[in-house]
Amino acid sequence: MGSLKVNLCGIELENPVIPASGTFGFGYEFAEIYDINCLGTFSFKGTTKDPRFGNPTPRIAECTAGMINAVGLQNPGVEKVISEELPKLSACFNKKVMANVSGFSVEDYVYTCEKLDKEEQVGWLEVNISCPNVHGGGMSFGTSPEAAAEVTRAVKAATTKPVIIKLSPNVTDIASIAVACEEAGADGISLINTLLGMRINLRTRRPVIANKMGGFSGSAIFPVAVRMVCQVANAVKIPVVGMGGVTTAEDVVEMMMAGARAVEVGAANLINPTACRDIIDDLPRVMEKYGIENLKDIIGVAK
Amino acid sequence: MKQSIFTVKSNTALTATVYRMELSGDTAECRPGGFVNIALSEKFLRRPISVCDVNGDILTIIYKVVGAGTEQMSQIKAGATLDVLTGLGNGYDLKKAGAAPLLIGGGVGVPPMYLLAKKLREEGKRVSVILGFNTKTEVFCEEDFRALGCDVTVTTVDGTYGVRGFVTDAMDGDYSHIFTCGPEPMLRAVYKASKTDGQFSFEERMGCGFGACMGCSCKTVTGYKRICKEGPVLSKEEILWEA
Repeated sequence: MGSLKVNLCGIELENPVIPASGTFGFGYEFAEIYDINCLGTFSFKGTTKDPRFGNPTPRIAECTAGMINAVGLQNPGVEKVISEELPKLSACFNKKVMANVSGFSVEDYVYTCEKLDKEEQVGWLEVNISCPNVHGGGMSFGTSPEAAAEVTRAVKAATTKPVIIKLSPNVTDIASIAVACEEAGADGISLINTLLGMRINLRTRRPVIANKMGGFSGSAIFPVAVRMVCQVANAVKIPVVGMGGVTTAEDVVEMMMAGARAVEVGAANLINPTACRDIIDDLPRVMEKYGIENLKDIIGVAK
Repeated sequence: MKQSIFTVKSNTALTATVYRMELSGDTAECRPGGFVNIALSEKFLRRPISVCDVNGDILTIIYKVVGAGTEQMSQIKAGATLDVLTGLGNGYDLKKAGAAPLLIGGGVGVPPMYLLAKKLREEGKRVSVILGFNTKTEVFCEEDFRALGCDVTVTTVDGTYGVRGFVTDAMDGDYSHIFTCGPEPMLRAVYKASKTDGQFSFEERMGCGFGACMGCSCKTVTGYKRICKEGPVLSKEEILWEA
């Protein structure tokens, strides 16, 4: 059997499968039903400087082959994440974890990243400059190359661990933003965050989601994600982590062929809690079917 | 939480829009006030449905057809298999019941009262039940509660059956504790009318149903809670009604 191993910014992953932030909490809900140490790593719940409740409910709308969420970065704040969530996480997961960080100012990002950078189990900082759910918040950084670069520079100056910038797909030219982050010192790029979407309840004639709009995810967005991962992988030299609608082992292989070094799985975890384990278990079969000896050999072959 | 495959044994209409489904499978984690989350073909999200009854390996759920997903559920035939997450939600704390608990269910808030009533009767409690509906043709499960030996009152808003009015119009007796489930306006009214402590089961639109997505969070006196995980049952003293 070939190898599933990939190297992400200097840290070796047993396999490229990574549950995406916001769909996996801090891991322990999933550890109730399977040993999550089979994962390459996982990206924990988006963490901010201060505690946040997030948006009013309803926060969820179902779609064909996907869902819209407007959770609004609910999290207990970085202090409690470190004092309460990380100990529970390390009780069920013994590998390096990816710390996902959001903020509403450059100072916020720096504050939160600096704190998490000091945590031993944190292997990477994944900086979300793209969450579409917060009014006047994270969105603005991800939609301009200058703002994206500013956050990247500031976080890099304050931390020691690999910094992966997570991009929004709700932009006109994603490659230019990726390049700006690379030039500002980013160690990697992850994409795509959710696509802005909206549903309306025909009976009430009102938006289904209290926040009106939210982030669309799920298998429906997979082709958009593959396209954007390919565009970014062609534009930068740093590692690219691909995500967006990944549901099967075939999707992981396709995302890697588009240029992803590792692959995050999001909404699939919410409908099938063992989705990531199932994908990892199925990868050897898919590799054999398509004549893949080592997974790392196919990264970007279709770029 | 447990993920397993259940086989549909029966799926029959109780009223024009309410169905009872019996499924066989691993029911070990099904408890009063808890729920299951059922995967449907062609639907992205699972359907969270409260546990109505458990008999050995048979799980009973009662659900109302409100949209395309539950419509699809109503068409499922005996013999079909379903991917079900069980053991979801905190459930009711029976230890707080006291000697003579009052159970109040409104509409599709009635089913979770059944397993609760059964367990409380097994413990020898004097159980009173108020079942609230809009009209006579919507009434279901009344006889099931009577068969358990509960003191049952049915209310209908239009007075076509039982006591005319809302469940709160039948809350005048003495009771040691309240257990309730129903639409939010009903929960608010019961909260105001209640003379004792109680446990209130809430509904919210969910993503995952097992605590991962934070889609169903609410604010309580004791902090943020996920309806699917720290709920759906909240105790009276922790409820924070939003305007």
